Amino acid sequence: MSGEASKAIPNEVLWEGGRSPFSVSYGKLMMWFFLVSDALSFTGLLIGYGFVRHSLPVGDAWPMGETVFRALPFTHGDFPLMYVAFMTALLIFSSVTMVLAVEAGHRMDKKNVVFWLFLTVLGGAGFVGSQAWEWSHFEHGSGGYITTSEGEKYWVHNNDHDTDNPTKPDNGFHLVKSDGTGYLHGHEHVEGDAAMALWNKQINYVAGAPYPWSSTGMVNNEYGPAQYANFFYFITGFHGFHVASGVVINIIILLGVMRGVYHRRGHYEMVEKAGLYWHFVDLVWVFVFTFFYLV
Amino acid sequence: MERDDVIEYSLDNHHSEEQGKKIRKGIWMVTLIMAVITAVEVYLGAAWRDIFPNSWQSVKWSFIVLTLVKATFIVMRFMHLGDERRNVRAMILLPYGLFVLYLIWIALWESNYIERALHHFL
Repeated sequence: MSGEASKAIPNEVLWEGGRSPFSVSYGKLMMWFFLVSDALSFTGLLIGYGFVRHSLPVGDAWPMGETVFRALPFTHGDFPLMYVAFMTALLIFSSVTMVLAVEAGHRMDKKNVVFWLFLTVLGGAGFVGSQAWEWSHFEHGSGGYITTSEGEKYWVHNNDHDTDNPTKPDNGFHLVKSDGTGYLHGHEHVEGDAAMALWNKQINYVAGAPYPWSSTGMVNNEYGPAQYANFFYFITGFHGFHVASGVVINIIILLGVMRGVYHRRGHYEMVEKAGLYWHFVDLVWVFVFTFFYLV
Repeated sequence: MERDDVIEYSLDNHHSEEQGKKIRKGIWMVTLIMAVITAVEVYLGAAWRDIFPNSWQSVKWSFIVLTLVKATFIVMRFMHLGDERRNVRAMILLPYGLFVLYLIWIALWESNYIERALHHFL
């Protein structure tokens, strides 16, 4: 790119004072410093998650993303990872529109900055909304499981993932015997009266991963170890909070652009700085996506 | 108060219409690469049990490598760190990178120990 940073300036001149040896403005440098410290928080969270997961004894199966996240809104089908792929695409594309807004700013093209920044806000808001659905689905669960007095575990299925009244008549209630491989369901189906008989022998019924502030807390969740839900809520929650505040920042900057504040200033560096934060949010999601949903 | 001793570096970042065209082409190229990588990741994540049932280790490592590739594109191209001076890059990436490598190492070491302790004594 053009600019001060690509000019060959001898070291003596760069570090002699009177100018930034980095050839960047104060605001941009401080944004980078903030991002490094924020990156350390997220790194701490992800490594803490890895630490807990790695220190669990073998056999305490940690649930795999593709076995937990298999639902799409408005459907009953089985779509492993499709929803989170959609969320990832949304965030990456809003990152692209942001970089296009920055590019338009470098040409002092106010109309295009407004256009791309507006799309960025839309993408970010869409991501936060998608995460709300993801959370409510995670909290609700896929149907849950029961354990019987014989110590066997059966997954509960019905047509609309009803966990309040799972045995409701004519709603396709049946049980699937767990084959003991973590969150993957087995192949042995039990239907009709036999399923009802097993249901009545249950000693407990666990569905979803209730929010930490709910009455059941997160002692039990249908996916696996209790820490799984704790880390899911904390890491995606912390990231979602960043996205939400990023949307607010982008809206403020968008209003500034529309009022012509930066145009009068002669440069659109504010868009660039907000953009750095926004790309960082996307960067974090790339890691959360890999380490929480894929690995 | 207006200061005349402050250099406004952002003014130097302006570019012309033709340069902009080239930059936009680069942005869409990076977008395409990232979209393809994400699609591969999702497909592999959803279907690895059927296509590579016994190679979870290599699937896992390919996820990590692909993630690092994507992260490099975001930091270098979208955040324009690749366009900054070498000493900015070093100042941002080196302290962070060294600390994280240490943190990963110590977390693996300690969690291995805890895993063995739980395994043997519980």
